[in-house]
Amino acid sequence: MSEKRKSRFILCFTLLLAALIVLLVLNVMIGSAGLSLSEVLRILSTGKGENAAIVWNIRMPRLLTAALLGGALAVSGFLLQTFFGNPIAGPFVLGISSSAKLVVALTMIFSLARGIAVSSLSMIVAAFAGSMLSMGAILLVSRRLKSMSLLIVCGIMIGYICSAVTDIVVTFANDSNIVNLHNWSLGSFSGMKWSGVGTAAVTVLATLVLTFFLSKPMGAYQMGESYAQNMGVNIRLFRIALILLSSILSACVTAFAGPISFVGIAVPHLMKMLLKSAKPIVMIPASFLGGGIFCLFCDLIARTLFAPTELSISSVTAVFGVPVVISMLLSRQKKKEAA
Amino acid sequence: MDSAILRTQGLNVGYNGQTVIAGADFTAETGRILVLIGPNGAGKSTILKTVIRQLPPVSGGVYLSGEDIARLRAKDIAKSVSAVLTGRPNPELMTCEDVVATGRYPYTGRLGILTASDHEVVRSAMELVRVTELAERDFDRISDGQRQRVLLARAICQEPKLLVMDEPTSFLDIRHKLDFLHLLRQLVQERELAIVLSLHELDLAQRFADTVLCVRDGRVDRVGPPEEIFQGDYIDRLYEVEHGSYDTLLGCVETESQPGTPEVFVIGGGGSGIPVYRFLRRRGIPFAAGVLPENDIDLPVARALAAQVITDRAFEPVGREAADRALKVLRRCRAVVCAAQGFGTMTAENRRLREAAEAAGTLLAPEALEML
Repeated sequence: MSEKRKSRFILCFTLLLAALIVLLVLNVMIGSAGLSLSEVLRILSTGKGENAAIVWNIRMPRLLTAALLGGALAVSGFLLQTFFGNPIAGPFVLGISSSAKLVVALTMIFSLARGIAVSSLSMIVAAFAGSMLSMGAILLVSRRLKSMSLLIVCGIMIGYICSAVTDIVVTFANDSNIVNLHNWSLGSFSGMKWSGVGTAAVTVLATLVLTFFLSKPMGAYQMGESYAQNMGVNIRLFRIALILLSSILSACVTAFAGPISFVGIAVPHLMKMLLKSAKPIVMIPASFLGGGIFCLFCDLIARTLFAPTELSISSVTAVFGVPVVISMLLSRQKKKEAA
Repeated sequence: MDSAILRTQGLNVGYNGQTVIAGADFTAETGRILVLIGPNGAGKSTILKTVIRQLPPVSGGVYLSGEDIARLRAKDIAKSVSAVLTGRPNPELMTCEDVVATGRYPYTGRLGILTASDHEVVRSAMELVRVTELAERDFDRISDGQRQRVLLARAICQEPKLLVMDEPTSFLDIRHKLDFLHLLRQLVQERELAIVLSLHELDLAQRFADTVLCVRDGRVDRVGPPEEIFQGDYIDRLYEVEHGSYDTLLGCVETESQPGTPEVFVIGGGGSGIPVYRFLRRRGIPFAAGVLPENDIDLPVARALAAQVITDRAFEPVGREAADRALKVLRRCRAVVCAAQGFGTMTAENRRLREAAEAAGTLLAPEALEML
């Protein structure tokens, strides 16, 4: 690796870390009760203060969730893009988030009707099962269809079907918790408890470590399947690992925050532009940091812009994510025409 | 000890248990280039894919230094076999150096970080194929010729004992084809490795192969040195050429002859007639050529294209009898072209043909051909 590139990587990661810290602090300070920086620091260091409850029980779990799940979503998107060799593949576009949402909704309604509380772990399991359902469907289709655009269209269709069924189920569910269910099905980081944060953190970070160790074969896979095989990558095993890891990551997000759009496509693209490299070994940590930053930023807007009314996180991520995706597609087209 | 790096035994290759090529038995030896030729879709790629274990054999085995590749670990195969495949890899944001460095994959640690010695291997591979100056360039912004060289450098980085390539010269122009094949020749001589590749360019296969393997009709038809393979009309049969012929001696292609009664007579010899023959063939004018000694360089092309050829024995002056035969044909033609620059002892009789045409007023200067 040339020195120039190395120093670029160091600079980028420094910037990302700085941005992450700034946004974390802003997320603690800003809200219906505005806190000064010194107050925040005092509460964080001593655990005491007038607004300690707000900081510890509401804002901290929420912002940690946003950072963790945003990162998970971006990494999941990067894995799917590598897998399909397509820059607009992502858990939301391929319908994976929506089918996870459907299975989670069904699980919640079913359990609530019987008076069983749904644990965060079982939510993840349900979301994972849902992810695997649509992932399986997508993989079946991708065997027949060589065209990537058709594959994406299929994913979007699967997403619509799942969303429609979820809406129907939610409409007819007669439970007092329906309001929560409704909010969740639109996507939100609100109402996170520390126990949930713990579960999410363990799942996401463990998966992230495994993913990081997949960066070597991923780098080979970017040269194409045949070359990867020639370099000694066990393609079948690698593909299974990639699918499982990306599904766990996006399932975790859907279980806690509902479906969140465009983070999985926009963030990896922005990171590639920033790093001027697509090497998995730098892209995986960068996507994680970038996804965290992006979601912290969007969540801040979602809860403060029209306070006390909260926007769904997905509408904010879409507003900021879609322009990025469109500009990426346009620049790709331009490049293709130039070549 | 097995002298061959690669040996196949009782090998049938194909897809999903269906044999495409049966009896694909051959060996590849260190320092040698083995070239696969054969018609499109004959199964050259299928054989190559089986050799690098991207496709399991239908039956039989592939042995690498005496060991069955089916039993080897993917990583160990990667350390002794590398490939340049068809299809262009389209990696994102990778420089040429990055692409070459992917060849170090089987040798790096868990995270794939290159050591100083890995960098040294990358550098020397790029130097060998002369792409050092492309190191920082984007891989998707280089020419086809450069791309093939970069992919070759990548394959060399893998430090293989066997290098397998599927039609590596297909998209290259003639200069880059020659450059690339020269590079391969240099490579087998300098590094201890064997090269197996498929080629569409028969003339190049004839000149660069140590051994040629011919694939045809679901089997390996022949294996042998090019001197044996490129003989007679074997190539025409191999490719089932219908409209033309391949000259196995000169290694060039001719279209089929224009049948009919000769309208033009060409007095050629020593290569002078060839452009005229080809011109007349393009215009679809049936012509006769003569008198050509049996060893004349004009003869293969004349035989391929002319409606009629008048020849005489090699190493002897053109005889009166042959010239008389030629004269008969010449008199029935509406035009006569004298491509020969002059006449000597051996072709004195041909001068008589020219004089006869001049007298009859049918002689045409080669420059006037366009008017026909």
